[in-house]
Amino acid sequence: MATIAIPSLMQKLTDGANQVVVEGKTLREIVNNLEAAHPGFKDRLCDGDRIRPSISVYIDGVMTREGLHQPIGEEANIHFVPAISGGLASHGQDFS
Amino acid sequence: MAEKKDYKVVGTRPIRHDGVDKVTGRALYGADFQTVGLLHGKVLRSPHAHARIKSIDTSRAEAHPGVRAVVTAKDFPAVEDKIADLGEGAANVKDLQDNVLAGDKALYKGHQVAAVAAIDPHTAEEALELIDVEYEVLPPVIKVLDAMKEDAPLLHEDMHTDEMGEKSEKPSNIAAHFQHKQGDPEKGYAEADVVVEQEYTTETVHQGYIEPHNATALYNPDGQLTIWCSTQGAFAVRGQVSEILQIPVSKVKVVPMEIGGGFGGKINVYIKPIAAMLSMKTGKPVKVLMSRADVFEGTGPTPGSYVRVKMGATNDGRITAAEAYLAFEAGAYPGSPVGAAAFCVFSPYKVENGTVDGYDVVVNKPKTAAYRAPGATNAAFAAETVIDEICEKIGMDPLEFRILNSATEGDIRIDGPPAPRVGFIETVEAAKDHPHYSAPLEGENVGRGVASGYWPNFGMKSSVSINVTGDGTISLVEGSTDIGGTRASIAMQAAEVLGIPAESVTPTVADTDSVGYTDVTGGSRTAFATGYAAYEAAQDVKQQMIERAAKLWEVDPEEVQFADGVFSSVNGKEQEIDFKGLAERLDETGGPVVGRGTADPNQPGPSIGLHVVDVEVDPDTGKIDILRYTATQDAGKAVHPSYVEGQIQGGAVQGIGWALNEEYIYNEKGEMTNASFLDYRIPTCLDLPMIDAVIVEVPNPGHPFGVRGVGETPIIAPPAAIANAVYRATGVRLKELPMSPGRVLKAMGKI
Amino acid sequence: MPKKVHVQTTINGEAVEYLCEPRQSLLEVLRDVLHLTGAKEGCNNGNCGACSVILDGRLVNSCLVLGAELEGKSLETIEGLAEPEQLHPIQDAFLENAALQCGICTPGFIMAAKALLDQNPNPTEHEIRYWLAGNLCRCTGYDKIVRAVQDAAQTTS
Repeated sequence: MATIAIPSLMQKLTDGANQVVVEGKTLREIVNNLEAAHPGFKDRLCDGDRIRPSISVYIDGVMTREGLHQPIGEEANIHFVPAISGGLASHGQDFS
Repeated sequence: MAEKKDYKVVGTRPIRHDGVDKVTGRALYGADFQTVGLLHGKVLRSPHAHARIKSIDTSRAEAHPGVRAVVTAKDFPAVEDKIADLGEGAANVKDLQDNVLAGDKALYKGHQVAAVAAIDPHTAEEALELIDVEYEVLPPVIKVLDAMKEDAPLLHEDMHTDEMGEKSEKPSNIAAHFQHKQGDPEKGYAEADVVVEQEYTTETVHQGYIEPHNATALYNPDGQLTIWCSTQGAFAVRGQVSEILQIPVSKVKVVPMEIGGGFGGKINVYIKPIAAMLSMKTGKPVKVLMSRADVFEGTGPTPGSYVRVKMGATNDGRITAAEAYLAFEAGAYPGSPVGAAAFCVFSPYKVENGTVDGYDVVVNKPKTAAYRAPGATNAAFAAETVIDEICEKIGMDPLEFRILNSATEGDIRIDGPPAPRVGFIETVEAAKDHPHYSAPLEGENVGRGVASGYWPNFGMKSSVSINVTGDGTISLVEGSTDIGGTRASIAMQAAEVLGIPAESVTPTVADTDSVGYTDVTGGSRTAFATGYAAYEAAQDVKQQMIERAAKLWEVDPEEVQFADGVFSSVNGKEQEIDFKGLAERLDETGGPVVGRGTADPNQPGPSIGLHVVDVEVDPDTGKIDILRYTATQDAGKAVHPSYVEGQIQGGAVQGIGWALNEEYIYNEKGEMTNASFLDYRIPTCLDLPMIDAVIVEVPNPGHPFGVRGVGETPIIAPPAAIANAVYRATGVRLKELPMSPGRVLKAMGKI
Repeated sequence: MPKKVHVQTTINGEAVEYLCEPRQSLLEVLRDVLHLTGAKEGCNNGNCGACSVILDGRLVNSCLVLGAELEGKSLETIEGLAEPEQLHPIQDAFLENAALQCGICTPGFIMAAKALLDQNPNPTEHEIRYWLAGNLCRCTGYDKIVRAVQDAAQTTS
């Protein structure tokens, strides 16, 4: 089971819980199971079949670039974090 | 990987490969590009900060002798309102188009409205005056806090605040709000002996690169577009132009010329799509150059901001809670660097109880662009001066306070994930041990201040190929435009692997058709990530060369060793050949050797620095003089120490300019009133002492040589360090940037 | 279009003649007419020094001189500084000291430094900083540029 840290502005969806435990072997399964347990999550995290450019995903402290394909380990810690943006991007990462 | 060790090439100081071209004036920058049949383009800009464009009549301009074409937003292909992934970032395509040529509304003075191509620049300029634009002038909103008010004039009537995927009901100038939260700040303040809360403002500042934007475009009848330009990222230009003009990326070739500075400001496109549109209409190559005023008024500066920081600490110097409220001016379209600011505001420190709120707010100013550690300087100005105030209240040395509260590897960051290793304590120790910190400070109105700056650095994608030449050298083809000596620092990493001197590498920055995808020169990523790709390409070459040696000696490749530039067999025959010797024998062992390397490394390794500054404040004029400056920084491993020092010195001086002089000055109509290097005064060499750069090396485990990017970090600390020094000199805390003479006198109660 | 002016002049020791519009600056003439693009345009109003050249022994911003004014004068530009097989000592000093990053201001700085050392072969640090204050560099923070000029002064004097 992976532990998901819930950003404060999304904790309405989890009745105030700042972390939840969800099963899933890929990020896609995690997001789908999150959606099943707490409806509304998927739309906040994803734009269609992709993670929103305004969201960065960290698995065990390392940012992933593999999107929903990302394999998830048994005891993974997952963070959904507002992406660092600036410069070119109106959303998403970019820097000087 | 990446333990401290001795290298043969990495860490030395060879002459840069492009040096002779650059000291003889032969290096070709974007504006130097010439071709046959060239037309010249000029751009008409909005004189109003906020206006509805009711009509544009171009007929008189089109009839002007020598004019070949005029374009306006009507010439854009239709696009849907969508977020495009541009490789190094995502952006709304409609916003991109709108910023290049205004559609319904002009959103800042200097906003591009129409453009002309003519037989020479002066004729094009004459024609601009013949374009008739009917504006309905609207009230502008210039400051972030004004733009956030309920009754503020709206820039975009259809924009709603996004709170991590949830949209506000009412339209607003606040494009986005997000929050980081850890622990319980209230509990933390209850444990504190001292709590300090202060408000800070900073004004819009520009990167101030000396070379204005430039572009020459040629559109062929077969639909192939070529653009020669100065840019931080040829592939970023390709991606944006492709989206804006709805041309497949395969039909756009971008040829990066030498670039005269960027600092984040030469990623976004402004005149490149315009040159392309003018070429499409005329069938001729069209060159468009910006003037200095165009650069100030029409390109992305870095935002003005409002920052509030509250911090609690115990009497023995432990931070118990911290909060930050950051409101940043995005300019005319969403996308300020407030995310990076929120990430960096407390990141040097262990903050167990904290909240950070970030607001991205549109105002009637140019759409902001990146500027060296975007957002972090604004944030550090606030946090690092609040820390100074706490140190004063509890009577603690500010360096000791930083050592005590330093975040260490694995501590929870304010945004949740664990912090990576960075040499914070090491840079503070280096500053403490430096003679500057213990030198007596003599005279009146003088003071010494310190501050730190943290930047996460970025990895991203790079490609490199290496061709082995018959004389034992290699040519290295890369996609990173060389903005400050990276040909050398990338070549040196390949040379290190192959055991050859840096001078035996010929690096070339290639166009978008000639090298694999490479992200922008930015994010302090180039020496790190493109260097990583060069390391991989050199490893590929090394493996192929081992196979060639094996073939030569009729042994298995496993029996060939490579060390210190020499291949040797370990089968008892004791054969040896160096890289050059083997390169001469490629023809008889299978032909050319080409190595390739790509990288998308995800452990860039943050960089951190601590700056010490002595200032003297003239109590009559309010002018601040920098007497002495020392900047320490963790470089992981300095590939070319001279250019690492150069980054530290240059970044520090940009920070000094931001601290002391630089700002966009607006009148009540929302017009910038100082769009020249005379009135927007960047530091000259007479304003400065030598800048002592101290390189600290705590290897980055995410890079084979331990490299950390160094370019951005040094701009972050100076404003806070100087403000802290000014306090020691005058007893007054400055909370507004820049600390120009008038603001200093006002703070001292003299005017 | 205005009638062009015929100009006969000396550039880097060689006789040169050209036609230019009366409104064209020397910088425009160098870059667009003569294709001597070593002088750069950073501001076009005399504030940045990227277009520095030496006119009759005097350092000037070529954006503030008209092309037509060159008649009968002698001009030195960055293109004339190096010998075929030998860089000028100031150029060498800039390379040795890593006194450039992007390089756009470098030709202007080198011409300004030459004009300084031509008249003051042993300048103090303050004199160097005072003299070069008309040339803007945004990359280096000037430290290594000042050191390069100090080094070049040692070599040339």
